[in-house]
Amino acid sequence: MELITLRSITKTYQMGDIAVPVLKGISLAIRQGELVALTGSSGSGKSTLMNILGCLDRPSAGEYWLEGQEVSQLSADERALLRNRKLGFVFQSFNLLARTSALENVAMPLSYGAEHLSEREARERAAEMLTRVGLADRLDHHPSQLSGGQQQRVAIARALINRPPVLFADEPTGNLDSKTSEEVLQMFERLNTEDRITIIMVTHDPKVAGHANRLIRMEDGVIQGDAPPAAEPNQKTPESAP
Amino acid sequence: MMMYTTARTAFRTLRRNPMRAMLTTLGIVIGVGAVIAMMEIGAGASGALKKTIASMGANVLVIRPGTASSGGVSFGAGTTTTLTPEDCQAILRECPAVRNAAPMVRARTQVVYGNRNWVPNAIYGTTPAYLDVQDWSILAEGEPFNDRDVLNGNRVCILGQSLVRELFDGESAVGKEIRIKNIAFRVVGVLSPKGANMMGFDQDDVILAPWTTIKYRVTGASASTANQSASVASDSVNTLSNLYPTAQRSLYPERSAVQLANNPMPVRFANIDQIMLAANSSAEIPLAIEQISEVLRERHRIRADEPDDFNIRDMAELTRTLSTTTKLMTNLLLAVAMISLVVGGVGIMNIMLVSVTERTREIGLRMAVGARGRDILRQFLVEAVVLCLTGGAMGIVLGHGGSLLVRFLFKWPVETSPAAIATAVLVSAGVGIIFGFYPAWKASRLDPIEALRYE
Repeated sequence: MELITLRSITKTYQMGDIAVPVLKGISLAIRQGELVALTGSSGSGKSTLMNILGCLDRPSAGEYWLEGQEVSQLSADERALLRNRKLGFVFQSFNLLARTSALENVAMPLSYGAEHLSEREARERAAEMLTRVGLADRLDHHPSQLSGGQQQRVAIARALINRPPVLFADEPTGNLDSKTSEEVLQMFERLNTEDRITIIMVTHDPKVAGHANRLIRMEDGVIQGDAPPAAEPNQKTPESAP
Repeated sequence: MMMYTTARTAFRTLRRNPMRAMLTTLGIVIGVGAVIAMMEIGAGASGALKKTIASMGANVLVIRPGTASSGGVSFGAGTTTTLTPEDCQAILRECPAVRNAAPMVRARTQVVYGNRNWVPNAIYGTTPAYLDVQDWSILAEGEPFNDRDVLNGNRVCILGQSLVRELFDGESAVGKEIRIKNIAFRVVGVLSPKGANMMGFDQDDVILAPWTTIKYRVTGASASTANQSASVASDSVNTLSNLYPTAQRSLYPERSAVQLANNPMPVRFANIDQIMLAANSSAEIPLAIEQISEVLRERHRIRADEPDDFNIRDMAELTRTLSTTTKLMTNLLLAVAMISLVVGGVGIMNIMLVSVTERTREIGLRMAVGARGRDILRQFLVEAVVLCLTGGAMGIVLGHGGSLLVRFLFKWPVETSPAAIATAVLVSAGVGIIFGFYPAWKASRLDPIEALRYE
């Protein structure tokens, strides 16, 4: 089943009088349960594509079908609801709320669009999510008391609290050392295989991309390559890395 | 639930930087504190003034007969002779807004004790109710005359302080006999000193006696002639037969037998010079006037198109003037306090703007996980309101403490006013909404992508 379908998506930014095309017709289909890596040099348009996929931005033209719903023309409020229900986000810099416990950080998305949950239910669900990412003993720790890897795991728990079908990760390992990067990536793989969560991550680290089962390479606003990572000629597998 | 969560989030956010939150609310704390203190002290001052005015007879109404005229010649106020003691009783009976009423007969004549004599400012013939109406019930010495004295026309009187000084040279006057127009009166009591009224009239230069005694034994005439009776007293010698003068003039023109048969009039026993009465409160004065007019017009058989044959005057003008003055003062102080509230509000806006900039990434994140613009707006607005309300609560404590301090240190009258507290809460919430709106609106308009990228 096709979870995401893009049809000739374009995005043009207006810089004064000059129109700058960033995405020049992207067509793409992502099935449920895929672990996709989106790569490309800076300025290739991968972040813009990510923002459109994440419903943070609207394409200038084209169609975007998410779970059988055309979402490219939705209003800002409708997109906010959609993000809350169907999409999870993990950021490079974690973006946790400072001086706020891990539990409250994770429960935060529930305060938007999940008002039917009681305070206790929300905390229970957040605790369950943290247990799933292996932080059951860190519920009341503040971000400053957690390591980078732990912080990113809190962020993942937060992204999954509403049980979205899709998880977006923007350079999820950019601020982590290689060991914790590996842990986070293994967690992504586990979520992908065990919970059938579709994961789309933006990265320019080939090692990270190696964990994906599909690699989309962007250049100059168009898709240059779309294949499993092994097919990439210059792909370095984690085993062969120095 | 939603509002509760938002408020809790706001509290938690503010707790993250308690020092800054404290400093931010300081303006509101001072502003609200000033408002509370001003309103309490102002209310105390106004209450004390009202009490003072009440003791001067603020609720007092005076009914005087209207003007009589003959052939186009008006004789001035108080010259008709239509006001009767029965009117006074009817008013007491039928006007619920009237607390008490006393009929009054005035005389001005010489008073003699031993080898001293004096012409007091006023000799009032009245009932014991007069003391209640005038808020003068506590006597310096002795007891007031009673209703039986009034019914019997007993020759008893109460003296004002000035008379005691002039006639008795400071000795006790109770039990002594004085002569008013050669009629012996026993002094039963001495009024407490009241001093001059606002017109400079010495209120202690007065004799109170039963109105029946004054009316029938002393003057035998209405006030219009009584006023000149001081001179009358010197050239007419009273004999025993004069103790009950029957020389009262006829009140009405002689009517023929046919007229009497066609339109019988009840027998009128006496007319009085004025009725002095007290309303339940100064607020009920207009109501009392209305009720009295109705009763008197009916009793005097005045047709709808005819003017009143009486005048009702109140002293509420005095009350109003003074309470307006206090209100003005309170408002002035309030205005100053309001300015500090506005300054406090600007401080709130300032810090909220800084906070929005500082938390741009948080806003971006909240938007990314599904917060709509209005959720962000609400969050920041609630934060500002929580900040202001907390400040308001502290301000109430501060202001109340301040006014209590003033009460203990300077012995100023202070009145706790729930209205001031309610106003302070509303105003501080209002300041929060007004000055928190712009920063909150700014936050809600952020683009999530930009906000997430903000460093």
